[in-house]
Amino acid sequence: MTDRIAQLFERTRAEGRPALIAFVPGCWPEPDATPGIVRALLEGGADAVELGVPFSDPLADGVTNQAAYQQALDAGVTQDDVLASVRALREDGVSAPLLLMGYFNPMLARGTASFTRAAAEAGVDGLVVVDLPVEEAAELAEPARAHGVHLVYLLAPTSTRERIAAVGEHGSGFVYCVSVTGVTGARAQVSEELPAFIARVREHAALPLAVGFGISAREHVEEVGRIADAAIVGSAVVQTISEAPRERRHDAVRGLMERLSGRATAKAAAS
Amino acid sequence: MTTTADRSALPDERGYFGGFGGRYVPETLMPALAELEEAYRAAREDAAFGEELDRLLREFVGRPTPITRADRLAERIAGEGAPRVYLKREDLTHTGAHKINAALAQGLLAQRMGKPRIVAETGAGQHGVATATACALLGLECVVYMGAEDVRRQALNVFRMKLLGAEVRTVESGSRTLKDAINEAIRDWVTNVRTTHYLLGSVVGPHPYPLLVRDFQAVIGHEARAQLIEAEGRLPSIALACVGGGSNAIGLFHAFVDDPVRLIGVEAAGEGLEGRHAAPLAAGAPGVLHGSRSYLLQDAHGQVTEAHSISAGLDYPGVGPEHAWLKVSERAEYVSVTDAEALAAFRLLSETEGIIPALEPAHALAHLARLLPELGEDELVLVNLSGRGDKDMGTVADALGVTL
Repeated sequence: MTDRIAQLFERTRAEGRPALIAFVPGCWPEPDATPGIVRALLEGGADAVELGVPFSDPLADGVTNQAAYQQALDAGVTQDDVLASVRALREDGVSAPLLLMGYFNPMLARGTASFTRAAAEAGVDGLVVVDLPVEEAAELAEPARAHGVHLVYLLAPTSTRERIAAVGEHGSGFVYCVSVTGVTGARAQVSEELPAFIARVREHAALPLAVGFGISAREHVEEVGRIADAAIVGSAVVQTISEAPRERRHDAVRGLMERLSGRATAKAAAS
Repeated sequence: MTTTADRSALPDERGYFGGFGGRYVPETLMPALAELEEAYRAAREDAAFGEELDRLLREFVGRPTPITRADRLAERIAGEGAPRVYLKREDLTHTGAHKINAALAQGLLAQRMGKPRIVAETGAGQHGVATATACALLGLECVVYMGAEDVRRQALNVFRMKLLGAEVRTVESGSRTLKDAINEAIRDWVTNVRTTHYLLGSVVGPHPYPLLVRDFQAVIGHEARAQLIEAEGRLPSIALACVGGGSNAIGLFHAFVDDPVRLIGVEAAGEGLEGRHAAPLAAGAPGVLHGSRSYLLQDAHGQVTEAHSISAGLDYPGVGPEHAWLKVSERAEYVSVTDAEALAAFRLLSETEGIIPALEPAHALAHLARLLPELGEDELVLVNLSGRGDKDMGTVADALGVTL
């Protein structure tokens, strides 16, 4: 089976740049919005996309994502609808890594074996489960491995050496490094403690490191690129979509990714 | 096979009671939970901590609380020859409910950990008031998250908390009740974890909360056990308590879990189990909410559904993992009573014993009213009267159609 995530990091390393991973809540703002948004993200320069699976009690998310999830749930969106969006993108020939980011209970309610099989069949490459630390993850990690889906663990600036080592040992795909002690949401600058935190993780984990939470500008991506393998942009995407008129949405999303990936400056320099 | 001797030794080192409990939280919090567990274990070994807590429980909270024999109540329900009923009087504690026991103990623990700031959630406001009280006494900064709906229903408790120096933050997200207040308190904790202790009010949440809140509430059952043996020369045959998150019930049950005593927990059936209710053990399914694995109210897709109870303290879609374990291992029985039954019991106790109970223990009393007529004369029933009813005057007046 093709490991799209491993291939992505091989490519970006060869190109000497960080991968840019975009996050957007699945099936939002409308239940059928995801395929178009994902294509626009990829066209603008995103290398991979994480789709948020709506949950009623998203306690690791800030107000921006929480409101988006609630809107999706109010429209009747389920985990299966998000999987259907992934399937549609694959049928349309999209080959970029696609991940699901969510909370454990909806996966547990479906059954972890059934859920990981459905995710793999839809074309999902990885899972990020924000309330499932490595100690509790076995019942999802085993079926995920069996179906060739990466279970990506998170680490935080508060993580101890033992916890970093455990994620280094059990992790898969990449490590999601949370840049701040806090919830998701855009911030003015990248945390000052980030370089020291990333250095600690590097010591114990050979996997690619992606940095998320609070990344919303090209400078943040560049800063992260100097020390890590990928930058994850979430709330800035959500805000852009929220603020754009519907008919301008895809242009706005493409434009944001062009700025964040540096293509916009490259374009300007070329003209 | 779990022997009875194992029961009071749970949770295991991963925080599990059988298949329930654990730590399902964002990574940022994992080290804080380990730190809390470590601090708690050290405090438990430290005689000075125990002495300070005992002193505060005695001098500040007013412990031990008495047990009261409720003959008129028993006779009104079951007539001549009714079994004896005793009430454990947590309503007589300072601040009026059992919540103060664990709030003070956790405040002391926060001091030991060098964390000067406390966040807490509250539904009805009882845990918020208890937390604000403990923080005022111990000189800790206090922020209480409360759903907008509850702020409206419990204006008096909001004012109390403010008088005690706490900042009350209104939560407008989700169902704007207790579960959303917990989400917000956890978000605050994730953000400020280095300086902040989350003072959780029930036996829910990630390990070690279900363990430490239980241990801090176990004083209820230990006192009652000794008091009943002194008064009656024997153990109760039945121990009865209401269950929302389940802290007063676990506090009562823990002392009896290895004894031949029937343990009965009473959930809130709200408008009835077919309608809106707050009875996850009776009508929910196992899952993960707020950091632990237990029973919860959820739809087929694993989305948490809203709870309903006339009692704000029971209006929660989850329940502590130890209760889930006591249920599936059949050590305890769980039943439920409706809003209407609880209201009737609220009036019954007021009229027969001169005690106005909180709406939460009125649920336990409502089940007592069903149970007592079926029991033999020599049974001995212990009911945890977890709080007093002052806070519920507005709610009860509304329900009875009275304008105050």
